[in-house]
Amino acid sequence: MGRSAFRRSHGEGPFRYATTGAGILVLVIMAAIAVFLIVRAVPALQANSANFLTEQTWTPNASPPAFGIAALAWGTVISSFLALIMALPVAVGVALFISHYAPRRLASVLGYVIDLLAAVPSVVYGLWGVIFLVPFMRGPSEFLNTYLGWIPLFAGESVNSKSILTGSIVLAIMILPIIAAISREVFLQAPTMLEEASLALGATRWEMIRMSVLPFGRPGVISAAMLGLGRAMGETIAVALIFPATFTVTLQVLTGNGNSIAANIANGFGEATPIGQGALIASGLVLFVITLVVNTAARLVIARRKEYSRAAA
Amino acid sequence: MAKQIEVSDLDAYYGSHKAIEGITMTIEPRSVTAFIGPSGCGKSTFLRTLNRMHEVIPGARVDGKILLEDQDLYGDDIDPVSVRRTVGMVFQRPNPFPTMSIFDNVAAGLRLNGRRSKSELEGIVESSLKDANLWNEVKDRLNKPGSGLSGGQQQRLCIARAIAVSPAVLLMDEPCSALDPISTLAIEDLISKLKNEYTIVIVTHNMQQAARVSDKTAFFNLAGQGQPGKLIEMDETSKIFTNPTQKATEDYITGRFG
Repeated sequence: MGRSAFRRSHGEGPFRYATTGAGILVLVIMAAIAVFLIVRAVPALQANSANFLTEQTWTPNASPPAFGIAALAWGTVISSFLALIMALPVAVGVALFISHYAPRRLASVLGYVIDLLAAVPSVVYGLWGVIFLVPFMRGPSEFLNTYLGWIPLFAGESVNSKSILTGSIVLAIMILPIIAAISREVFLQAPTMLEEASLALGATRWEMIRMSVLPFGRPGVISAAMLGLGRAMGETIAVALIFPATFTVTLQVLTGNGNSIAANIANGFGEATPIGQGALIASGLVLFVITLVVNTAARLVIARRKEYSRAAA
Repeated sequence: MAKQIEVSDLDAYYGSHKAIEGITMTIEPRSVTAFIGPSGCGKSTFLRTLNRMHEVIPGARVDGKILLEDQDLYGDDIDPVSVRRTVGMVFQRPNPFPTMSIFDNVAAGLRLNGRRSKSELEGIVESSLKDANLWNEVKDRLNKPGSGLSGGQQQRLCIARAIAVSPAVLLMDEPCSALDPISTLAIEDLISKLKNEYTIVIVTHNMQQAARVSDKTAFFNLAGQGQPGKLIEMDETSKIFTNPTQKATEDYITGRFG
C-alpha cells in the first residue's frame, strides 16, 4: 500500500549510470591517449631539421634529427589500396558464391572456413609471405616489369621481390576473409521479396543479384572494404617482414623501394632515442589521421545514397 | 497477347511435403480468375507454379503439366527465366526496387530484355504508368526513388513494372492485403481495366473482392493440417457466390468456416 503502480523500477537508475559511465570512460581514455601521443610527438617535431610533411628520409636518431612522413604515408596508402583492389572483387565473389550459389551444406562449410581465416593472426601471413611468397614473386615480378613495364606501376630499373607489391599481396590475402565474411552476412540479409521481384520479371540469377542483392548490400560492402583497408593500413608485423624499408616516394611497386608507417614503427622503435620515439609517435598520429579521412570518406559515400537505400522492405 | 492456361493433374511439393494435389483447370484469356480458400490451402503455391516461381524456394518442385496456349511450361527445354518474362507477377507486399528511381523500376524488366533506345524506354514507361493509373501522380518525379511513394502507389508501380514487359498473363498474389480501402479500390479498378488485355489470376482472402473483380472463381480447400490443398470447385463467379455446387464452398462463402 502507498506505493504507486507507476513507480520507477529499481534497476533503472544504476543501469543508466553504469552505461553512461562506461561511455564517458571510453572518451576519457581516447582523449588521454591522444594527449599523451601529442605531448611525446611535439618535442621531436620541434627538433626536426627537415620538413616533416615532405622530407623523404628518416634519421631521427642522428643529430641533427631529420625525418619526414612523405614516403611512409605514401607507402602505407599505396600498399593498402593495392591490397584492397586485389581483395575486394575476390571477396565479393566468394561472398556471393556462399550466399547465393553454393549448395546449402557447402555454403555453411565455406562460411566457417572464411570465419576461421579471418581470425588467423597476421604474423602467420607475414611469415608465409617471407618464406614462400617473396621467393615465389621473383618470376612474376620480372615478367610484369619486362612486358608491362610501360605501366608506371610496374616500371623501374631493377626488380626486387621484397617489394610493395609482394607486401600488398600478403595484405590482400589477409583482408580478404574479413571482407568476404561481412559481405556474406550482408548479402544473406537481402530481402526475399526484392529477390523475388527481379526473378518474377525474368531475371537470371546473376541479374537478380545485380538488381536486388548488390544494391541492397552496397553500404555493407563499402563498410567491409573500409574495415579491410583500415586493417591493411594498420598492419604491422606482416609487412615489416616484407617491405624493403627505404624512404622513397615511388609508384614503382616492383622495385626495392617503399615502407609503411606501421612497419617503420615496428622496425625502428627498439633502438630509437627519445627524439626517435617521438618521431615514430608523430608518424602514428599521421596514420590515425589517414584512417580517419578514409573512414569519413566511406561514410559520406554511404550517406549520399541514403534516400535510395531507405528500403521498402 | 493474352493467353489461355491449361493445368492438368498438378502436384506441388516443398521437400517431402505435398502442398497441393491433383489440380486441373482452365484459365481463360482476357478474364479475371480469382482463387479463394482458407489459409494454407495452397492457392498461393498454385499461383506460383504458374510462372515457375515456386521452384525458387530450395527443395520445392512440381509434378504435372501446365500449358500456356500450346507451350508446356515445365517442358524439358523450357527456361524458367523465359517463362517469367511471359507470365508476370505482383506480390502481396509492394516491392519496388528501393535503390531505383520510379522510372528505373518500370524500366527494370525492359532492360533485362536487351538494349532499347532511350525514347523507346520513355514511351513504354509512360504508357505502363498510364495503364497502371499512376502516371498523373508521378510524372513530375520520375527520378525520385520508388520507395518514397505510398503503399497503394508502390503497388501500382509494381503493376506498371510487371506490365511494362507486355506479359501474356498477370498473376497477383493478394495484391491488396497490405493496402487501405481507397488504394484497394484503385487497384480493383485497374484490374477491371487490365483484363481487356491480359489473362489475370488473383489470389485473395477478401471474398467481396473476388465477387467484385473476377469472372471465374476457384475455391481451394484442404482436408486437414498437413494435408495437401485441392481444388474443390471452379465456376462462374456469380454461380460460386450464389449457388455453389459443393457444400464446402457454400460453408466458406457464407463464413461458416475458414
